[in-house]
Amino acid sequence: MNQFLTETLPGLFNYWIVIGLMMIGFYTVIAHDNLVKKLIGLTVFQSAVFILYISMGFIHGSTAPIIIDGDPVYAHPLPQVLILTAIVVGVSTTALGLALIVRINEAYGSIEEDDVLAADMATSEGEEAREEARSEQAEAAEGHAATGADDGAEAHESRPA
Amino acid sequence: MITAFFNQMPVLVVVVPLLAAPLCVLAHRAFAAWLIYCLASWLAFAMAFLLFVEAKIAGEVSYAVGNWAPPFGIELVIDTYSALVLLLVTGVAAVTGPYARKSIASEIAIEREYLVFALMLLCLAGLIGITVTGDAFNLFVFLEISSLSSYALIAMGPKRRALLSSFQYLIMGTVGGTFLLIGIGLIFMMTGTLNMADLADRLPEVYATRTVQAGLAFIVVGLSLKAALMPAHIWLPNAYTYAPSAISAFIAATATKVAVYALFRFVFTVFGVGYAFGTLPLGIVLLALAAVSMIAGSLASIFQTDVKRLLAWSSVAQMGYIVAGFALATPAGVSAGLVHLLNHGLIKGALFMAVGAMVWRVRASSINDLAGLGRAMPLTSAAFVIGGLSLIGVPATAGFISKWALMSALFDAQHYGVMALLLVASLLSIIYVGRVIEALYFRPLPDDVSHHKHGEAPLGMQVATWTLIAVNIVIGVHATPELEAAARAAASLVGGAP
Repeated sequence: MNQFLTETLPGLFNYWIVIGLMMIGFYTVIAHDNLVKKLIGLTVFQSAVFILYISMGFIHGSTAPIIIDGDPVYAHPLPQVLILTAIVVGVSTTALGLALIVRINEAYGSIEEDDVLAADMATSEGEEAREEARSEQAEAAEGHAATGADDGAEAHESRPA
Repeated sequence: MITAFFNQMPVLVVVVPLLAAPLCVLAHRAFAAWLIYCLASWLAFAMAFLLFVEAKIAGEVSYAVGNWAPPFGIELVIDTYSALVLLLVTGVAAVTGPYARKSIASEIAIEREYLVFALMLLCLAGLIGITVTGDAFNLFVFLEISSLSSYALIAMGPKRRALLSSFQYLIMGTVGGTFLLIGIGLIFMMTGTLNMADLADRLPEVYATRTVQAGLAFIVVGLSLKAALMPAHIWLPNAYTYAPSAISAFIAATATKVAVYALFRFVFTVFGVGYAFGTLPLGIVLLALAAVSMIAGSLASIFQTDVKRLLAWSSVAQMGYIVAGFALATPAGVSAGLVHLLNHGLIKGALFMAVGAMVWRVRASSINDLAGLGRAMPLTSAAFVIGGLSLIGVPATAGFISKWALMSALFDAQHYGVMALLLVASLLSIIYVGRVIEALYFRPLPDDVSHHKHGEAPLGMQVATWTLIAVNIVIGVHATPELEAAARAAASLVGGAP
């Protein structure tokens, strides 16, 4: 327990933050109804991963990897460069998501997922009911055709000459 | 000059569509953008074919980007496994070109058409990049390029519901992508390298650590989200239904297939068969999910009223078939999974194109709207019937070849339960394909109908659809080259005689 308090907890401080942020972000994506809040959650979730990458390359007391006199300790530059790329991906995702939300707001007049889904549900239920009625109609028409008078030609042919 | 071109081909196959995309935007005219798309995708297809031949002869083509020697620089690696998927992706992209002109024009405002072609090229560049790269982080970047452009493409669908479908796909896709990023970070943490071959060398030392186990779990979950494997499939039906028809055909035939490719590239090449399927019980997990996908996807597609949604649900089921093959981790199973990955791409591409041609005329895609089109559009309907037969797995079609291979691989591995489920799912596919064919041929054209267009679909759409159908039949009749190539790929992935 003592070792946990003095070494594990402070030593892995960054990783505890990462896990905390990740869960907060993930929970926001799942639990919130508002599309903008969902997107905010997604951004927090992604930022947690950025911190994870930066933390893994950092050594306590190290400097930037620039050649200078003496014998300095360098932080690993690769994770930082990787995360620069991942940040660009994250920014594009957020931009695209916000653009979609603007279009959703224009089309539905709401950015609450429940409202939008309810509007969709109303249309799709109407559509489905209509489709079902049409299917039944088509079947009824077929039944009529099978017993109806339009097979008169065959009857005529089968008549003995 | 020619040799220089050949040497640079592994990178050119990515760079050509990537550079053509801004050219499309600059061209700003729908026709010019379409022409650029066609040229770039055909060139990419030609290069993919040459790379396939080269990989067959040399076993593996390696290219150091920027002349930085791997494992420090980014390496592009093309072996038979990636070359086959590359051929599928570029091939479908190439036939989508002639198809897209009229199909896109009927669904999207003319002043925005050039953007569709630019986005399609970006998506293509991303998908090609995933298949050719030998670098784990590079794969993530290409995956996000293709995903971001496909979200935007889906949002361009004619109905307003396309918007929310695209947003849901964006949320789930980004969570999947970020999971992949976490997984790659965790294995980088333990090995200090991102090159796949180098990772494969260094991972065995740290197999026992929980970091690597968590890394594998994150990568598998993340890529399953992108591949729409059963519990993570929710985005797929809406996305395929509301996307523009040409986009549905293109994405359905390529995007999820490439995600499966990436998943098993990581599992087999980076982590190794013994680790993922021996030490850890990944095989049984994937097999169970695949079995659920097959049955649930097929059952769901029986009850759909919309043809595009029906095909989308059938895609969920077919992903189950593909993953079931790979999850056996035997040479026969992996090659069967790979063959079905390719064949299903061709089948679903053809089916979505045929339905898209009907949508071009009717402007609606419910089964009832297609009633009587068998006489009004005989060629397109015939294409749908042949594609449907291939989906069911009737002999002399591509679907039969891959299902036969899957069945015998499952039989050899003594998974009789999954084999039975596969048969049941195939029987269910007769029902849903049959429902569409019944509407096409055995119902009269309603008298009061007012279609937007008349007659058969335009020539470009016919040519594209029938090209894919022809490939289906050719594979069905003469499957040896494909099966041999798949066996070679499987041998390089899981060992065993080719």
